[in-house]
Amino acid sequence: MGSKSDFENSLHTLFTRVFGESAELDSFRRLSGGASQETWALSGGPHEAIFRRAPGGTSGARSSAAIGLPAEAKLISAAESAGVPVPKVLYILSDDDDIGDGFIMSWVKGETIARPILRNDEFDAARRVLAGQCGAALASIHTIPIETAPPELQSSGGLAQIAQYEDIYRSFEAPRPVFELALQWLKTNAPKPMEPVLVHGDFRLGNLMVDENGLVAVLDWELAHIGDPREDIAWICVNSWRFGQSDNRVGGFGKLQDMLGTYNASAGTSITPADIDWWEMLGTLKWGVMCMIMYEAFRSGADPSVERAAIGRRVSETEIDLINLLETAHA
Amino acid sequence: MHDQPSVSELVLAVKSFIDETAGPNLTGHAAFHARVASNALATVLRDLELRPANEAAEIARLRSLLDASEGDDLAILNARLSEKIRSGDLTPQTPGLLEHLKTTTVAQVEIDQPRYSGLRTAKS
Repeated sequence: MGSKSDFENSLHTLFTRVFGESAELDSFRRLSGGASQETWALSGGPHEAIFRRAPGGTSGARSSAAIGLPAEAKLISAAESAGVPVPKVLYILSDDDDIGDGFIMSWVKGETIARPILRNDEFDAARRVLAGQCGAALASIHTIPIETAPPELQSSGGLAQIAQYEDIYRSFEAPRPVFELALQWLKTNAPKPMEPVLVHGDFRLGNLMVDENGLVAVLDWELAHIGDPREDIAWICVNSWRFGQSDNRVGGFGKLQDMLGTYNASAGTSITPADIDWWEMLGTLKWGVMCMIMYEAFRSGADPSVERAAIGRRVSETEIDLINLLETAHA
Repeated sequence: MHDQPSVSELVLAVKSFIDETAGPNLTGHAAFHARVASNALATVLRDLELRPANEAAEIARLRSLLDASEGDDLAILNARLSEKIRSGDLTPQTPGLLEHLKTTTVAQVEIDQPRYSGLRTAKS
């Protein structure tokens, strides 16, 4: 690899491997978003596909928790078998392809960007049904048999995640009293774990393909792991993932009762909104530490971009969310 | 030392250059980074204006919460506060603790991201 023409040649070869010798790649472009993986749109004649591959240069992996692209591809296929709306995996790259790790999947039409989904008229109907659809999709994800999951998946429950993120936070040696209080509260109030399930790990707007009828595909499975089902339900409730629409606890568009209604009906559970509070606190803290990790990339000199510098000034967003949650818990 | 232009004036001039001249000539990822840069400079301007009074008030609250003597700086006081929360000496029930953290964090978010939804929630 290396020069652009090598990459182009590899893409052309790849396209014929997926769609047959007569297929011809007419255009390819890199889609925005996805700091840790490259996503390319490929098209030629009647064929369209999405190509996900590891970044072509230095490693941009978000964390050691990411499962890697071959495992992600296998997992998407397992999710499809479980009835989760996902793109169809068409091809998994091998060493022969000489273009790194990655896979080709079907090109699902829709919107992933949160702001249009939350604000544009064309998504009016979608917003009304999306919380229920998300609950049903999560219930299906949580039925994926753990024994069929790729071996790369780690096991990580609530307490393990507290320990993991506390270690990272402490390694920065930048004490934040609000984080300390949230950590203490989480340890003191930890609920009993539920039966472990396969957890998506990053189920929120940005990783959900939505069209005018609602949810069409669940994307970005690289943070999947074995864990507590309430983690997935709470993550989309974290205020940062409501994108300014705080009144709607689910993703800025829906009511938690609506999501839990379809979830419980399908999963046979009886999870209440109050059961999600602890996990929302944990999710908020995790996002705060993730912002610190991204800022650390700037501070250490690994990524000198203004974006990585500025994200350090978003940690306080999670602190105010933690304060709001602690106040509610102690009202 | 002179201050014409002042630090704030210089930052404001650079921000205007990004917003009105450089930014509109950029596309794609560079245009996105220009918006991030402009927002960062807006944070710099608020920080320059608000930090001195904020920190003085924060130090005064911390001294009272921690029964600390004069002379310890903000970093030391916050490290001590963190330690006392971690050890369980201070809890959400401790009178004044949540109020102090809320006042401090509200002031911080008003500098960092004044339009953040969680700030409205905190102040409502």
